[in-house]
Amino acid sequence: MPHDGSGPTTRANWSPYDNNGGTVLAVAGEDYVVCAADTRMSTGYNILTRDYKKIDQMSDKCVLASAGFMADAVTLKKTLKARCTTYEFQNDKPMGCVSFAQMLSNTLYYRRFFPYYTFNIVAGLDAEGKGAVFTYDAVGSYERTNYSCQGSGQGLIMPVLDNQLKTVSPLVLPAQSSATPLSESEAVDLVKDCFATAGERDIYTGDTVEIWIINKDGVRKEYQELKLD
Amino acid sequence: MIPTRVSHNPIIGPGVVPFGVDPAYDAQYKLNQAPRSHVASHGQGKPFTVEPGPHQRTQYPYVTGTTVLGCKYKDGVMIACDTLCCYGSTKRYKSVERIKKVNSSTIISFTGELSDFHYIVSLLEELDTTDYCEDDGSELAPWEIHSYLCRVMYNRRNKFDPLWNSLVVAGVKHGRTFLGTVGMIGQHYEDSHLAAGFGNHMARPLFREKHTDDMSEEDARKLMEDCLRACLMRDKTMMNKFQIAKVTAGGLEISEPFQVPMNWGYEKFKDPTKHAVGAW
Repeated sequence: MPHDGSGPTTRANWSPYDNNGGTVLAVAGEDYVVCAADTRMSTGYNILTRDYKKIDQMSDKCVLASAGFMADAVTLKKTLKARCTTYEFQNDKPMGCVSFAQMLSNTLYYRRFFPYYTFNIVAGLDAEGKGAVFTYDAVGSYERTNYSCQGSGQGLIMPVLDNQLKTVSPLVLPAQSSATPLSESEAVDLVKDCFATAGERDIYTGDTVEIWIINKDGVRKEYQELKLD
Repeated sequence: MIPTRVSHNPIIGPGVVPFGVDPAYDAQYKLNQAPRSHVASHGQGKPFTVEPGPHQRTQYPYVTGTTVLGCKYKDGVMIACDTLCCYGSTKRYKSVERIKKVNSSTIISFTGELSDFHYIVSLLEELDTTDYCEDDGSELAPWEIHSYLCRVMYNRRNKFDPLWNSLVVAGVKHGRTFLGTVGMIGQHYEDSHLAAGFGNHMARPLFREKHTDDMSEEDARKLMEDCLRACLMRDKTMMNKFQIAKVTAGGLEISEPFQVPMNWGYEKFKDPTKHAVGAW
Protein backbone atom coordinates (compact mmCIF):
# COMPACT_ATOMS: atom_id res chain seq x y z
CA MET A 1 0.00 0.00 0.00
CA PRO A 2 1.47 3.40 -0.92
CA HIS A 3 2.02 5.69 2.02
CA ASP A 4 1.69 9.00 0.20
CA GLY A 5 -1.86 9.53 1.37
CA SER A 6 -3.48 8.07 -1.76
CA GLY A 7 -4.33 4.72 -0.23
CA PRO A 8 -7.39 3.98 1.83
CA THR A 9 -7.30 5.42 5.30
CA THR A 10 -7.96 3.03 8.12
CA ARG A 11 -9.18 4.39 11.38
CA ALA A 12 -8.74 2.85 14.77
CA ASN A 13 -11.80 1.03 16.05
CA TRP A 14 -11.02 2.08 19.59
CA SER A 15 -11.36 5.35 21.37
CA PRO A 16 -8.55 7.06 23.23
CA TYR A 17 -11.19 8.46 25.56
CA ASP A 18 -13.62 7.07 28.08
CA ASN A 19 -16.06 8.87 30.31
CA ASN A 20 -15.57 7.70 33.85
CA GLY A 21 -18.33 9.97 35.15
CA GLY A 22 -18.42 11.74 38.47
CA THR A 23 -19.48 15.15 39.66
CA VAL A 24 -17.33 17.94 41.06
CA LEU A 25 -18.59 21.09 42.74
CA ALA A 26 -17.22 24.14 44.50
CA VAL A 27 -18.68 27.08 46.41
CA ALA A 28 -16.73 30.19 47.39
CA GLY A 29 -17.54 32.22 50.47
CA GLU A 30 -16.12 35.48 51.77
CA ASP A 31 -13.34 33.74 53.74
CA TYR A 32 -13.66 30.06 52.83
CA VAL A 33 -14.12 27.75 49.89
CA VAL A 34 -15.83 24.38 49.76
CA CYS A 35 -14.88 21.86 47.10
CA ALA A 36 -16.64 18.52 46.78
CA ALA A 37 -16.66 15.45 44.54
CA ASP A 38 -18.17 12.00 44.63
CA THR A 39 -15.82 9.01 44.67
CA ARG A 40 -17.44 6.76 42.08
CA MET A 41 -15.56 5.71 38.96
CA SER A 42 -17.66 4.14 36.23
CA THR A 43 -17.46 3.05 32.64
CA GLY A 44 -20.70 2.51 30.75
CA TYR A 45 -23.04 0.69 33.14
CA ASN A 46 -20.17 -0.69 35.23
CA ILE A 47 -18.93 0.74 38.48
CA LEU A 48 -15.18 0.18 38.45
CA THR A 49 -14.44 1.38 41.96
CA ARG A 50 -16.30 3.17 44.72
CA ASP A 51 -13.22 4.87 46.10
CA TYR A 52 -11.64 7.04 43.44
CA LYS A 53 -10.72 10.45 44.83
CA LYS A 54 -11.22 13.23 42.31
CA ILE A 55 -9.85 16.11 44.40
CA ASP A 56 -6.14 16.70 44.87
CA GLN A 57 -4.28 19.40 46.70
CA MET A 58 -2.01 21.33 44.37
CA SER A 59 -0.54 23.94 46.69
CA ASP A 60 -1.27 24.92 50.28
CA LYS A 61 -4.45 26.86 49.55
CA CYS A 62 -5.52 25.43 46.22
CA VAL A 63 -7.21 22.19 45.18
CA LEU A 64 -8.11 20.79 41.79
CA ALA A 65 -11.18 18.61 41.18
CA SER A 66 -11.54 16.75 37.88
CA ALA A 67 -14.32 14.65 36.40
CA GLY A 68 -14.27 13.05 32.95
CA PHE A 69 -11.61 10.60 31.74
CA MET A 70 -9.62 9.51 34.75
CA ALA A 71 -6.34 8.65 32.98
CA ASP A 72 -6.23 12.18 31.56
CA ALA A 73 -7.15 13.66 34.94
CA VAL A 74 -4.39 11.74 36.72
CA THR A 75 -1.83 12.74 34.11
CA LEU A 76 -2.91 16.36 34.24
CA LYS A 77 -2.69 16.42 38.02
CA LYS A 78 0.75 14.79 37.99
CA THR A 79 2.03 17.42 35.56
CA LEU A 80 0.53 20.34 37.47
CA LYS A 81 1.64 19.04 40.85
CA ALA A 82 5.20 18.73 39.55
CA ARG A 83 5.08 22.30 38.24
CA CYS A 84 3.77 23.55 41.58
CA THR A 85 6.65 21.83 43.36
CA THR A 86 9.19 23.32 40.95
CA TYR A 87 7.59 26.73 41.42
CA GLU A 88 7.89 26.43 45.17
CA PHE A 89 11.58 25.51 44.93
CA GLN A 90 12.32 28.36 42.57
CA ASN A 91 10.30 31.09 44.26
CA ASP A 92 10.42 29.98 47.88
CA LYS A 93 6.64 30.28 48.22
CA PRO A 94 3.72 28.08 47.20
CA MET A 95 1.94 28.87 43.97
CA GLY A 96 -1.10 31.06 44.47
CA CYS A 97 -4.56 29.96 43.53
CA VAL A 98 -5.03 32.55 40.78
CA SER A 99 -1.66 31.72 39.18
CA PHE A 100 -2.48 28.05 39.34
CA ALA A 101 -5.80 28.70 37.61
CA GLN A 102 -4.02 30.42 34.72
CA MET A 103 -1.47 27.61 34.51
CA LEU A 104 -4.22 25.01 34.27
CA SER A 105 -5.83 26.96 31.44
CA ASN A 106 -2.52 27.13 29.56
CA THR A 107 -1.88 23.43 30.13
CA LEU A 108 -5.32 22.50 28.80
CA TYR A 109 -5.01 24.75 25.78
CA TYR A 110 -1.55 23.37 25.03
CA ARG A 111 -3.39 20.16 24.21
CA ARG A 112 -6.04 21.93 22.13
CA PHE A 113 -5.92 19.37 19.31
CA PHE A 114 -5.76 16.23 21.46
CA PRO A 115 -7.47 17.53 24.57
CA TYR A 116 -7.40 16.23 28.08
CA TYR A 117 -10.99 15.00 28.43
CA THR A 118 -11.35 16.43 31.91
CA PHE A 119 -13.86 18.79 33.47
CA ASN A 120 -12.04 20.82 36.06
CA ILE A 121 -12.79 23.09 38.94
CA VAL A 122 -10.06 24.89 40.84
CA ALA A 123 -10.95 26.00 44.36
CA GLY A 124 -8.82 27.97 46.76
CA LEU A 125 -8.23 31.18 48.61
CA ASP A 126 -6.89 34.15 46.67
CA ALA A 127 -4.21 36.60 47.84
CA GLU A 128 -6.77 38.44 50.03
CA GLY A 129 -7.92 35.19 51.62
CA LYS A 130 -11.22 35.33 49.79
CA GLY A 131 -12.79 32.16 48.39
CA ALA A 132 -12.12 31.62 44.69
CA VAL A 133 -13.62 29.13 42.27
CA PHE A 134 -12.43 28.74 38.69
CA THR A 135 -14.40 26.72 36.21
CA TYR A 136 -13.04 25.30 32.93
CA ASP A 137 -13.94 23.54 29.76
CA ALA A 138 -11.79 20.71 28.37
CA VAL A 139 -9.65 23.01 26.21
CA GLY A 140 -8.85 25.71 28.73
CA SER A 141 -11.54 28.39 28.55
CA TYR A 142 -12.02 29.48 32.13
CA GLU A 143 -13.74 31.97 34.35
CA ARG A 144 -13.63 32.95 37.99
CA THR A 145 -17.03 32.43 39.60
CA ASN A 146 -18.35 32.08 43.12
CA TYR A 147 -19.78 28.60 42.58
CA SER A 148 -19.62 25.94 39.91
CA CYS A 149 -20.46 22.33 39.19
CA GLN A 150 -19.07 20.06 36.49
CA GLY A 151 -19.25 16.45 35.37
CA SER A 152 -22.11 14.01 35.00
CA GLY A 153 -24.32 15.63 37.67
CA GLN A 154 -23.86 19.15 36.33
CA GLY A 155 -27.31 19.37 34.78
CA LEU A 156 -28.95 18.33 38.04
CA ILE A 157 -26.96 20.46 40.48
CA MET A 158 -26.21 23.66 38.60
CA PRO A 159 -29.84 24.94 38.54
CA VAL A 160 -30.06 24.41 42.31
CA LEU A 161 -26.87 26.37 42.86
CA ASP A 162 -28.15 29.13 40.58
CA ASN A 163 -31.31 29.28 42.60
CA GLN A 164 -29.64 29.24 46.01
CA LEU A 165 -26.44 31.18 45.43
CA LYS A 166 -26.98 33.67 42.62
CA THR A 167 -25.71 37.02 43.85
CA VAL A 168 -25.04 40.47 42.52
CA SER A 169 -24.24 40.82 38.83
CA PRO A 170 -20.60 41.65 38.17
CA LEU A 171 -21.87 44.48 35.92
CA VAL A 172 -23.44 46.41 38.79
CA LEU A 173 -21.59 49.57 39.85
CA PRO A 174 -20.13 50.17 42.33
CA ALA A 175 -18.76 46.63 42.29
CA GLN A 176 -20.03 44.37 45.05
CA SER A 177 -18.68 41.09 46.38
CA SER A 178 -20.02 38.12 44.47
CA ALA A 179 -19.11 35.61 47.19
CA THR A 180 -22.02 33.64 48.54
CA PRO A 181 -23.59 35.10 51.70
CA LEU A 182 -23.92 31.61 53.20
CA SER A 183 -21.89 30.66 56.23
CA GLU A 184 -19.39 27.86 55.92
CA SER A 185 -21.58 25.24 57.59
CA GLU A 186 -24.60 26.28 55.53
CA ALA A 187 -22.53 25.91 52.37
CA VAL A 188 -21.36 22.45 53.41
CA ASP A 189 -24.98 21.43 54.06
CA LEU A 190 -26.02 22.72 50.66
CA VAL A 191 -23.23 20.74 49.01
CA LYS A 192 -24.28 17.56 50.81
CA ASP A 193 -27.89 18.06 49.74
CA CYS A 194 -26.83 18.65 46.15
CA PHE A 195 -24.91 15.39 46.02
CA ALA A 196 -27.64 13.39 47.74
CA THR A 197 -30.09 14.70 45.13
CA ALA A 198 -27.82 14.12 42.14
CA GLY A 199 -27.11 10.62 43.44
CA GLU A 200 -30.81 9.79 43.19
CA ARG A 201 -31.01 10.47 39.46
CA ASP A 202 -27.50 10.25 38.01
CA ILE A 203 -26.06 6.74 37.79
CA TYR A 204 -22.52 8.13 37.58
CA THR A 205 -22.77 9.94 40.92
CA GLY A 206 -22.77 8.01 44.18
CA ASP A 207 -20.89 6.03 46.85
CA THR A 208 -19.27 8.83 48.89
CA VAL A 209 -18.90 12.59 48.72
CA GLU A 210 -15.53 13.94 49.64
CA ILE A 211 -15.74 17.56 50.81
CA TRP A 212 -12.68 19.76 51.17
CA ILE A 213 -13.06 22.97 53.14
CA ILE A 214 -10.31 25.57 52.92
CA ASN A 215 -10.27 28.60 55.22
CA LYS A 216 -7.72 30.66 57.10
CA ASP A 217 -7.13 27.79 59.54
CA GLY A 218 -6.08 25.43 56.77
CA VAL A 219 -7.57 22.52 54.90
CA ARG A 220 -10.07 20.06 56.35
CA LYS A 221 -12.01 17.17 54.87
CA GLU A 222 -15.47 15.74 55.47
CA TYR A 223 -17.10 12.66 54.04
CA GLN A 224 -20.73 11.77 53.52
CA GLU A 225 -22.10 8.45 52.39
CA LEU A 226 -24.25 8.39 49.27
CA LYS A 227 -26.39 5.63 47.86
CA LEU A 228 -24.44 2.73 46.35
CA ASP A 229 -26.92 1.94 43.56
CA MET B 1 28.26 -0.44 33.51
CA ILE B 2 27.69 -0.16 29.77
CA PRO B 3 24.55 1.92 29.19
CA THR B 4 21.90 -0.11 27.40
CA ARG B 5 18.98 1.09 25.38
CA VAL B 6 16.13 0.25 27.72
CA SER B 7 12.60 1.52 27.91
CA HIS B 8 12.93 2.98 31.40
CA ASN B 9 15.81 5.18 30.33
CA PRO B 10 14.42 8.67 31.03
CA ILE B 11 15.47 9.81 27.56
CA ILE B 12 13.61 7.10 25.74
CA GLY B 13 10.53 7.02 27.97
CA PRO B 14 8.39 4.07 28.91
CA GLY B 15 7.12 2.10 25.95
CA VAL B 16 7.75 4.72 23.28
CA VAL B 17 10.62 6.60 21.67
CA PRO B 18 9.74 10.30 21.72
CA PHE B 19 10.58 12.35 18.67
CA GLY B 20 13.94 14.09 18.87
CA VAL B 21 15.93 11.83 21.17
CA ASP B 22 17.21 9.48 18.51
CA PRO B 23 17.79 11.15 15.11
CA ALA B 24 18.42 7.84 13.37
CA TYR B 25 15.15 6.45 14.62
CA ASP B 26 13.28 9.62 13.69
CA ALA B 27 14.67 9.62 10.16
CA GLN B 28 13.54 6.09 9.57
CA TYR B 29 10.25 6.61 11.34
CA LYS B 30 9.60 9.51 9.01
CA LEU B 31 9.95 7.19 6.03
CA ASN B 32 7.33 5.05 7.74
CA GLN B 33 9.91 2.38 8.14
CA ALA B 34 11.21 0.79 11.23
CA PRO B 35 14.98 0.58 11.66
CA ARG B 36 16.37 -1.96 9.18
CA SER B 37 18.90 -3.53 11.47
CA HIS B 38 16.18 -4.89 13.67
CA VAL B 39 17.92 -8.16 14.33
CA ALA B 40 20.82 -7.89 16.71
CA SER B 41 24.00 -9.94 16.38
CA HIS B 42 22.68 -12.52 18.83
CA GLY B 43 19.86 -13.24 16.41
CA GLN B 44 17.05 -11.77 18.49
CA GLY B 45 15.08 -8.60 17.85
CA LYS B 46 16.39 -5.40 19.40
CA PRO B 47 14.07 -3.47 21.65
CA PHE B 48 11.95 -0.87 19.82
CA THR B 49 12.52 -2.40 16.41
CA VAL B 50 10.15 -4.31 14.19
CA GLU B 51 10.39 -5.90 10.75
CA PRO B 52 11.19 -3.33 8.07
CA GLY B 53 8.16 -2.18 6.11
CA PRO B 54 5.20 0.14 6.50
CA HIS B 55 4.50 1.04 10.10
CA GLN B 56 1.36 -0.66 11.34
CA ARG B 57 -0.64 -0.16 14.47
CA THR B 58 -2.77 -2.70 16.25
CA GLN B 59 -6.30 -2.26 14.93
CA TYR B 60 -7.74 -5.16 16.88
CA PRO B 61 -6.36 -7.97 18.98
CA TYR B 62 -5.65 -11.37 17.47
CA VAL B 63 -4.89 -13.82 20.25
CA THR B 64 -6.71 -12.89 23.41
CA GLY B 65 -7.05 -13.96 26.98
CA THR B 66 -10.26 -13.23 28.88
CA THR B 67 -11.24 -12.60 32.52
CA VAL B 68 -8.74 -12.10 35.33
CA LEU B 69 -10.02 -11.85 38.90
CA GLY B 70 -8.24 -10.56 41.95
CA CYS B 71 -9.05 -10.12 45.63
CA LYS B 72 -7.32 -9.29 48.85
CA TYR B 73 -7.66 -11.46 51.94
CA LYS B 74 -6.34 -11.55 55.47
CA ASP B 75 -2.73 -12.51 54.73
CA GLY B 76 -2.28 -11.16 51.24
CA VAL B 77 -3.76 -11.08 47.79
CA MET B 78 -4.72 -13.63 45.16
CA ILE B 79 -5.45 -13.45 41.45
CA ALA B 80 -7.02 -16.07 39.23
CA CYS B 81 -7.53 -16.72 35.53
CA ASP B 82 -7.85 -19.58 33.10
CA THR B 83 -5.02 -20.83 30.90
CA LEU B 84 -6.70 -20.21 27.56
CA CYS B 85 -5.80 -17.83 24.76
CA CYS B 86 -8.31 -17.57 21.92
CA TYR B 87 -7.79 -16.80 18.26
CA GLY B 88 -11.06 -14.96 17.64
CA SER B 89 -13.58 -17.43 19.01
CA THR B 90 -11.29 -20.42 18.47
CA LYS B 91 -9.88 -21.91 21.65
CA ARG B 92 -6.37 -21.88 20.23
CA TYR B 93 -3.76 -22.05 23.01
CA LYS B 94 -5.01 -24.02 25.99
CA SER B 95 -2.03 -24.10 28.34
CA VAL B 96 -0.79 -20.57 28.51
CA GLU B 97 0.42 -19.41 31.90
CA ARG B 98 -1.32 -16.06 31.98
CA ILE B 99 0.02 -15.05 35.37
CA LYS B 100 3.63 -13.90 35.45
CA LYS B 101 5.96 -13.33 38.33
CA VAL B 102 7.53 -9.86 38.06
CA ASN B 103 9.78 -9.93 41.10
CA SER B 104 9.78 -11.54 44.52
CA SER B 105 6.72 -9.60 45.68
CA THR B 106 4.71 -8.88 42.54
CA ILE B 107 2.66 -10.81 40.01
CA ILE B 108 0.74 -9.59 36.99
CA SER B 109 -1.88 -11.03 34.71
CA PHE B 110 -3.73 -9.79 31.65
CA THR B 111 -6.76 -9.81 29.43
CA GLY B 112 -6.51 -8.99 25.74
CA GLU B 113 -3.70 -9.46 23.27
CA LEU B 114 -1.18 -12.13 24.23
CA SER B 115 1.70 -10.72 22.19
CA ASP B 116 1.30 -7.26 23.69
CA PHE B 117 1.46 -8.90 27.10
CA HIS B 118 4.73 -10.59 26.13
CA TYR B 119 6.07 -7.18 25.18
CA ILE B 120 4.98 -5.76 28.54
CA VAL B 121 6.68 -8.65 30.31
CA SER B 122 9.87 -7.87 28.39
CA LEU B 123 9.68 -4.27 29.62
CA LEU B 124 9.29 -5.48 33.19
CA GLU B 125 12.21 -7.87 32.76
CA GLU B 126 14.38 -4.95 31.67
CA LEU B 127 13.38 -3.15 34.85
CA ASP B 128 14.06 -6.17 37.01
CA THR B 129 17.46 -6.68 35.36
CA THR B 130 18.41 -3.10 36.11
CA ASP B 131 17.31 -3.61 39.71
CA TYR B 132 19.47 -6.72 39.90
CA CYS B 133 22.49 -4.92 38.44
CA GLU B 134 22.19 -2.20 41.06
CA ASP B 135 22.98 -4.99 43.52
CA ASP B 136 21.52 -3.15 46.50
CA GLY B 137 18.95 -5.82 47.27
CA SER B 138 16.00 -3.54 46.59
CA GLU B 139 13.26 -4.28 44.14
CA LEU B 140 10.35 -2.31 42.81
CA ALA B 141 7.23 -2.52 44.96
CA PRO B 142 3.95 -3.73 43.42
CA TRP B 143 2.50 -0.19 43.42
CA GLU B 144 5.62 1.05 41.65
CA ILE B 145 5.23 -1.63 38.97
CA HIS B 146 1.57 -0.60 38.67
CA SER B 147 2.47 3.04 38.39
CA TYR B 148 5.04 2.26 35.69
CA LEU B 149 2.54 0.19 33.72
CA CYS B 150 -0.03 3.00 33.94
CA ARG B 151 2.44 5.33 32.24
CA VAL B 152 3.34 2.74 29.61
CA MET B 153 -0.30 2.10 28.71
CA TYR B 154 -1.17 5.79 28.70
CA ASN B 155 1.86 6.75 26.60
CA ARG B 156 1.04 4.12 24.01
CA ARG B 157 -2.54 5.35 23.92
CA ASN B 158 -1.21 8.85 23.32
CA LYS B 159 0.72 7.49 20.33
CA PHE B 160 -2.52 5.99 19.00
CA ASP B 161 -0.73 2.66 19.17
CA PRO B 162 -2.20 1.05 22.26
CA LEU B 163 -1.14 -2.13 23.97
CA TRP B 164 -4.38 -4.11 23.74
CA ASN B 165 -4.56 -5.30 27.32
CA SER B 166 -6.04 -4.82 30.73
CA LEU B 167 -3.50 -5.70 33.36
CA VAL B 168 -3.93 -6.77 36.95
CA VAL B 169 -1.05 -6.17 39.34
CA ALA B 170 -0.92 -7.79 42.77
CA GLY B 171 1.63 -7.96 45.53
CA VAL B 172 2.63 -7.47 49.14
CA LYS B 173 5.51 -5.35 50.32
CA HIS B 174 6.43 -3.50 53.51
CA GLY B 175 3.25 -4.88 55.09
CA ARG B 176 1.05 -3.30 52.45
CA THR B 177 -1.18 -5.42 50.26
CA PHE B 178 -1.65 -4.07 46.78
CA LEU B 179 -4.17 -4.94 44.10
CA GLY B 180 -4.54 -2.70 41.08
CA THR B 181 -5.51 -2.75 37.44
CA VAL B 182 -4.78 -0.67 34.36
CA GLY B 183 -6.65 -0.69 31.06
CA MET B 184 -5.76 -0.23 27.40
CA ILE B 185 -6.05 3.56 27.45
CA GLY B 186 -4.45 4.03 30.84
CA GLN B 187 -7.50 4.09 33.09
CA HIS B 188 -6.53 2.51 36.39
CA TYR B 189 -7.64 1.92 39.96
CA GLU B 190 -6.90 0.03 43.13
CA ASP B 191 -9.53 -1.87 45.02
CA SER B 192 -9.86 -4.74 47.47
CA HIS B 193 -11.34 -6.89 44.72
CA LEU B 194 -11.36 -6.41 40.99
CA ALA B 195 -11.92 -8.04 37.64
CA ALA B 196 -10.59 -7.36 34.18
CA GLY B 197 -12.61 -8.23 31.10
CA PHE B 198 -15.91 -10.11 31.20
CA GLY B 199 -15.47 -10.74 34.93
CA ASN B 200 -16.50 -7.15 35.50
CA HIS B 201 -20.05 -8.22 34.69
CA MET B 202 -20.09 -11.74 36.13
CA ALA B 203 -17.73 -11.82 39.10
CA ARG B 204 -17.75 -8.39 40.69
CA PRO B 205 -21.36 -8.61 41.87
CA LEU B 206 -20.40 -11.79 43.71
CA PHE B 207 -17.34 -10.12 45.20
CA ARG B 208 -19.42 -7.15 46.30
CA GLU B 209 -21.85 -9.48 48.02
CA LYS B 210 -19.38 -11.75 49.80
CA HIS B 211 -15.91 -10.28 49.90
CA THR B 212 -14.27 -8.78 52.99
CA ASP B 213 -10.67 -7.73 53.40
CA ASP B 214 -10.19 -9.88 56.49
CA MET B 215 -11.50 -13.15 55.08
CA SER B 216 -9.36 -16.25 55.51
CA GLU B 217 -7.43 -17.80 52.65
CA GLU B 218 -9.83 -20.77 52.38
CA ASP B 219 -12.85 -18.45 52.23
CA ALA B 220 -11.17 -16.23 49.64
CA ARG B 221 -10.22 -19.23 47.57
CA LYS B 222 -13.73 -20.63 47.74
CA LEU B 223 -15.20 -17.28 46.71
CA MET B 224 -12.68 -17.03 43.91
CA GLU B 225 -13.69 -20.46 42.61
CA ASP B 226 -17.37 -19.45 42.76
CA CYS B 227 -16.55 -16.39 40.71
CA LEU B 228 -14.52 -18.42 38.22
CA ARG B 229 -17.43 -20.82 37.85
CA ALA B 230 -19.86 -17.96 37.24
CA CYS B 231 -17.57 -16.58 34.52
CA LEU B 232 -16.84 -20.00 33.04
CA MET B 233 -20.50 -20.91 32.61
CA ARG B 234 -21.38 -17.69 30.77
CA ASP B 235 -18.20 -16.78 28.88
CA LYS B 236 -17.65 -18.97 25.84
CA THR B 237 -14.03 -17.90 25.61
CA MET B 238 -13.21 -19.42 28.99
CA MET B 239 -12.02 -22.88 29.76
CA ASN B 240 -12.19 -25.06 32.85
CA LYS B 241 -8.48 -24.96 33.53
CA PHE B 242 -7.49 -22.31 36.01
CA GLN B 243 -4.55 -21.04 37.95
CA ILE B 244 -4.67 -19.09 41.18
CA ALA B 245 -1.63 -17.14 42.28
CA LYS B 246 -1.23 -15.71 45.73
CA VAL B 247 1.21 -13.29 47.27
CA THR B 248 1.71 -13.03 51.02
CA ALA B 249 4.38 -11.46 53.17
CA GLY B 250 6.05 -14.88 53.07
CA GLY B 251 6.35 -15.05 49.32
CA LEU B 252 4.63 -15.78 46.08
CA GLU B 253 3.05 -18.89 44.66
CA ILE B 254 1.44 -19.68 41.30
CA SER B 255 -0.66 -22.82 41.55
CA GLU B 256 -0.71 -25.78 39.22
CA PRO B 257 -3.69 -25.73 36.82
CA PHE B 258 -6.92 -27.12 38.31
CA GLN B 259 -10.59 -27.47 37.45
CA VAL B 260 -13.66 -26.20 39.25
CA PRO B 261 -16.68 -28.53 39.59
CA MET B 262 -19.39 -27.53 37.18
CA ASN B 263 -22.98 -28.64 36.71
CA TRP B 264 -25.32 -27.96 33.81
CA GLY B 265 -28.09 -30.18 35.19
CA TYR B 266 -30.02 -27.50 37.09
CA GLU B 267 -33.78 -27.68 36.70
CA LYS B 268 -34.05 -24.16 35.37
CA PHE B 269 -31.47 -24.88 32.66
CA LYS B 270 -33.67 -27.63 31.23
CA ASP B 271 -36.43 -25.26 30.20
CA PRO B 272 -34.91 -21.82 30.53
CA THR B 273 -37.91 -19.96 29.13
CA LYS B 274 -40.47 -21.66 31.37
CA HIS B 275 -40.65 -18.78 33.86
CA ALA B 276 -39.77 -16.02 31.41
CA VAL B 277 -43.03 -14.90 29.87
CA GLY B 278 -42.57 -13.64 26.33
CA ALA B 279 -39.26 -15.41 25.78
CA TRP B 280 -38.89 -18.18 23.22
